[in-house]
Amino acid sequence: MTFLLGSGAGFSGDRTDAAIPVVAELVRRGQPCALLFETLGERTLAAAHRAMRDDPAKGYEPLLDELLSPVLGDCLAHGVRVLGNFGAANPLGACRRVRSLAKAAGREATRIGLVEGDDIRDRLAGLDLQRWEAENRELPGAEALISANVYLGAAPLVQALAQGAEVVVTGRVADPALFLAPLVHHFGWAWDDWDRLAAGMMAGHLGECGAQVTGGYFADPGFKDVPGLATVGYPIIEVEEDGSLVVTKPPGTGGQVTQRTVKEQLLYEVHDPANYLTPDVVVDLSQVVVREVGPDRVAVSGIRGKPAPERLKTTVCYEGGWQGEAEISYAGPNALARARLAAEILRERLGFRAPPELRSRLDLIGHASVFDSDGGDLQMQRQPSESGDYRLRLAVEHPERHRVERATQELLALYCAGPAGGGGVRRHFQRRVCTASYLVKRSDVVACATLFDERSHAHATSH
Amino acid sequence: MPPVTEFVTSTSVPLHRLAHARAGDKGDRLNLALFAYTERDYPLLVEQVTESRVLALFAHRGASRVRRYLMPGLAGMNLVIDDVLQGGVNGALNLDGHGKTLSFLLLGMEIVIPAPPEN
Repeated sequence: MTFLLGSGAGFSGDRTDAAIPVVAELVRRGQPCALLFETLGERTLAAAHRAMRDDPAKGYEPLLDELLSPVLGDCLAHGVRVLGNFGAANPLGACRRVRSLAKAAGREATRIGLVEGDDIRDRLAGLDLQRWEAENRELPGAEALISANVYLGAAPLVQALAQGAEVVVTGRVADPALFLAPLVHHFGWAWDDWDRLAAGMMAGHLGECGAQVTGGYFADPGFKDVPGLATVGYPIIEVEEDGSLVVTKPPGTGGQVTQRTVKEQLLYEVHDPANYLTPDVVVDLSQVVVREVGPDRVAVSGIRGKPAPERLKTTVCYEGGWQGEAEISYAGPNALARARLAAEILRERLGFRAPPELRSRLDLIGHASVFDSDGGDLQMQRQPSESGDYRLRLAVEHPERHRVERATQELLALYCAGPAGGGGVRRHFQRRVCTASYLVKRSDVVACATLFDERSHAHATSH
Repeated sequence: MPPVTEFVTSTSVPLHRLAHARAGDKGDRLNLALFAYTERDYPLLVEQVTESRVLALFAHRGASRVRRYLMPGLAGMNLVIDDVLQGGVNGALNLDGHGKTLSFLLLGMEIVIPAPPEN
């Protein structure tokens, strides 16, 4: 029987009303199903560890309440299993919060599965580590280390489901493993059934970024038009026992599922398509076929699998000092010349006012910014219009906050001491977290699942 | 006045007219998945969107290597570009540390279209 995978969120900060039509459709169809929340990026995990360091009760997905509250009651009432990596740096804290939300939905006795074992910070120094292939950063010393989390596979999540968990809370797991787990649990796929595992992993890959497969991150007016992005439907993936799958979305929602939207997401963040590494299987997409089988229905077939890799990827987060940004606008006649003069003044000021190790960058938004190098090559090469609407942006980085503040102060001072007609200054500072990717031996990782129990977990802390 | 086409042997258009693309990041590595709108144009992409041209397009940002994986079954290719994200999402001073906008830097590449054969 078909198993349905519904996406509730594709990143931390995603729309919090997206899951509502997905759950309504899952309930209407009444087939075995699960709702998956993927809310953990390389950057979000680092932010979560920082939040937990400041307040040990935090460190899980900040939008957890807003994401779960609108749908949790319906999911629990209709047997829709919920899995999410919204535990982030603090899965135990998230379990406590889910317990309160379930209670508020009249379901205090909800079985909540807790997946642990991704956090290897305390053991990192003693482990046999290999650098991930595209990594060129050295690991930081212990004093700068914030966190180290392994990308777990689906096995501990399947374990949680087998224990009867209705909601499964994880920290770092491979994003598509959230989707693979309920399939393995439901169909009883073997852990060496590589083709099926690969198909399940790709169902997850296609669904884990939410709207990115249903018309989001896609529209290009006049070339790739997408209707109704304000109410874009998040994906539902239909998976059969043999691993065949169809991508679709709830009826009555915006967006679209076409061969093109699916193809773009199929290779998203993939490197070698014949060797897409995941914790549970190496996926081979070289023979993949994508075809439209109905309105907003796209079948993906020809996915092959190979044995799982020997090592698991680990994200290491460490202190990255401070970043500061400041911007000022120039518009109208001769705006470009005034903005460039402002940039020149800033460079000269920073030259004698800032320490030499301060890293800085200037963008001329409206002329050249996001495509440019840190040195501003494109700003110098391009022929811009003289009278436009430009925004000069300064970004700086330094280990000490006051250096960053002082450098951006130089942009602020352009109000009175810079070119004519400069306005709209905004300044912003944030602590930075750096990340590096390393590989650990599979045998060095011990992942486990338990049913969350308020009393037995009362004194447990993960840090 | 004679029709202009009599004097034209080839013309060039931005890649954006022929293909669509999506950017993805992991660390300081960017992948750009590129697909021809129609299978007919796929050979043009294979011929002209080469590793060396892509490397040149991203050289000003420090790109060190480009690998191209052809996916003929999808009329597409995956371009994997190393060291192009100025430190990546947790390290770049660029507004767009993910490099999400960079699919459209690729789509600005000029593609030469051969003139239709004369009768």
